[in-house]
Amino acid sequence: MFENLDLTKLIFGRLTWDAIPFHDPIILATFAVVAVGGVAMLVALTRYKLWGYLWTEWFTSIDHKKIGIMYIILGLVMLLRGFADAIMMRLQQAMAFGDNMGYLPPDHYDQIFTAHGVIMIFFVAMPLVTGIMNYLIPLQIGTRDVAFPFLNNFSFWMTAGGAALMMISLFIGEFAKTGWLAYPPLSGILQSPGVGVDYYIWSLQIAGVGTLLSGINLLVTIVKMRAPGMSLMKMPVFTWTSLCTNVLIVAAFPVLTAVLGMLTLDRYLGTAFFTNDMGGNAMMYVNLIWIWGHPEVYILILPVFGIFSEIVATYSRKPLFGYTSMVYATVVITVLSYLVWLHHFFTMGSGASVNSFFGITTMIISIPTGAKIFNWLFTMFRGRIKFDVPMLWTLGFMVTFVIGGMTGVLLAVPPVDFVLHNSLFLIAHFHNVIIGGVLFGLFAGITYWFPKATGYKLDEFWGKLSFWFWLIGFYFAFMPLYVLGLMGVTRRVSHFEDQSLQIWFQIAAFGAVLIAVGIAAFLIQLIVSFRRREALADETGDPWDGRTLEWSTSSPPPPYNFAFTPRVHDLDAWWQMKQHGFKRPESGFIPIHMPKGTWAGIVLSAISVACGFALIWHMWLAAAVTFVALIGTAIYHTFNYDRDYYIPAEEVERIEAERTKVLANV
Amino acid sequence: MSEHTHDHDHHEAEGPHVSLKEYVIGFVLAVILTVIPFWLVMGNVFESSTTTALLILSFMVVQIVVHMVFFLHMNFHSEGGWNMLALIFTLVLVFITLAGSLWVMISLNNNMMPGMMG
Repeated sequence: MFENLDLTKLIFGRLTWDAIPFHDPIILATFAVVAVGGVAMLVALTRYKLWGYLWTEWFTSIDHKKIGIMYIILGLVMLLRGFADAIMMRLQQAMAFGDNMGYLPPDHYDQIFTAHGVIMIFFVAMPLVTGIMNYLIPLQIGTRDVAFPFLNNFSFWMTAGGAALMMISLFIGEFAKTGWLAYPPLSGILQSPGVGVDYYIWSLQIAGVGTLLSGINLLVTIVKMRAPGMSLMKMPVFTWTSLCTNVLIVAAFPVLTAVLGMLTLDRYLGTAFFTNDMGGNAMMYVNLIWIWGHPEVYILILPVFGIFSEIVATYSRKPLFGYTSMVYATVVITVLSYLVWLHHFFTMGSGASVNSFFGITTMIISIPTGAKIFNWLFTMFRGRIKFDVPMLWTLGFMVTFVIGGMTGVLLAVPPVDFVLHNSLFLIAHFHNVIIGGVLFGLFAGITYWFPKATGYKLDEFWGKLSFWFWLIGFYFAFMPLYVLGLMGVTRRVSHFEDQSLQIWFQIAAFGAVLIAVGIAAFLIQLIVSFRRREALADETGDPWDGRTLEWSTSSPPPPYNFAFTPRVHDLDAWWQMKQHGFKRPESGFIPIHMPKGTWAGIVLSAISVACGFALIWHMWLAAAVTFVALIGTAIYHTFNYDRDYYIPAEEVERIEAERTKVLANV
Repeated sequence: MSEHTHDHDHHEAEGPHVSLKEYVIGFVLAVILTVIPFWLVMGNVFESSTTTALLILSFMVVQIVVHMVFFLHMNFHSEGGWNMLALIFTLVLVFITLAGSLWVMISLNNNMMPGMMG
């Protein structure tokens, strides 16, 4: 039976030296830079003896605040990678006209646009959104941690593991050349026999475990752990939108898991779910993946709507206009987001009645969204608006998002979509809502809550610079794409014949450069603010005169968040407490029960990445071993009973007394 | 925190009233509902396989309800109504997904491959 067993194949699968892209100077140079940078970082970490600190204080921590910050760092790092892809594409399209073939061969270009989409959605927007939710939800609802603290750490590491696997594909093998949703039959084994699609599948499946578990975790946290008195209609708006987002995550992500699972079976075991022959139907993949994909869009934008609502209310120094309508609009969007998926493939040929149904539901969804815009406008109306950086992002969002929303309604008209489907008009539209909506909101949120997380504010000058470069850069980069789309230019093209189009691509490339300056300004802002942290320090814990409970804690909050669980009597709990002359309790502290850090999350994730890597390269032996190790480690972890500890009352008293002293000096 | 912990303990005490009787009833029902479909198939009880398939599907639905009531202890007021709300939401979404997909795919086949639709 084992006579023709090939040991090399059993161990290395299809991994050979050919998999390392020595032939591509761009990748090789990138690798060199990454390797040098990585080694320098490792040396620095060892030199300053930071490994122990990182391991105990961060990697194994199950404090929701630290996990939230790690999510945000992951998102920002991946933003750099995703943006590097973007600027490479802009450069290629600006020069590849006529005889000039540009600098990227088509098969490399195809990997870049796929990687760009996958990274920006799954490893930039999702970690940033999840990170902000993770950090804020427990603080906003007045609790000490999330419902399942270990699960939270595990979720983060699974997301990071997916990102790591995705990054490995850059240097070992290749990434998918299929576009970010990997439609079959192109992503089937016949058309994509390489490892690219397998990298795509396994990095998304691993990250998907993290996303789903974190969705369940935050959902349970909001439902079960609100401070006494905080009924649903007294929850901060951000918590409300997060609740709806997590409901969407729990309901939608299993569909993605299942559809990718079927694609995996097609590729690995020769089933025929989405093949062209044997009764398979590739259109079913398109249908199913958009049943996940459309709610995913709202998973990203809803929390950001919450961020804007908090910011508008704070910087207008007024309660949010129409809180109740805001909540209902959010819930309506949550349900409607499940009824519009077909608008992504009007041209597939389902016919007039199907298309009109989904066209109309799509237009209806703009009504609750429009209601939100009016609520923000009315909140600002006659408010005492302070034009700080978060408010600038919010205003930039309101203008930009409305444009993106209107082009969206245009695309919702099926006959119009037949003209514009897969054109650059579509690309411009969704970048318009994702950059103008999600990304602006995330930057607004990061700036707004930065002092809460770190204890010092972000530098105003560099923040404003970053905002203006992003805003203007966005318009330069994407307005030309609307024009090109109307002229009929399709997406994902690496070379053009028609010279008259070139000028538009050059304008777009100029816009991308402006955005690059915006990103650089943001990074400089982080450094400058760190160096000026004494001057920018926030000692009150409430630098913006906020309205919700997170501002009642110190900046950064103590590990236990609240020495006593607050009682909530009204919406805008902290504002109301301030109005009624709330006094911090200064005695009577009791020991606080807290969860303990654990190694299990990072180890399980590392084994998952190894298992994914083995499956991608068909290393069956390694795959079996790592899979057994994964299950074994998970079971072993369940025998760990040393999971909690008490912060002694004296320690709480010491921390709180210190804060009393600081507050007295403000 | 201790005050909080007490709240929690109190809640758990108020949780579902679980009894052995309930589990036994559930188990017996589940066995019956599993055996009948097997018998339907293995004993070739009905001529038409469509009838058999439809019957099996309906037993499946009853089986799901049995599991939810007797094993997951769901009713209209468990967890302050959240269980029921979550169930209704799930049912709505499952309905949308299944009915929508069928509608989309059948219309697609009718339009694009009329020859293949009987």
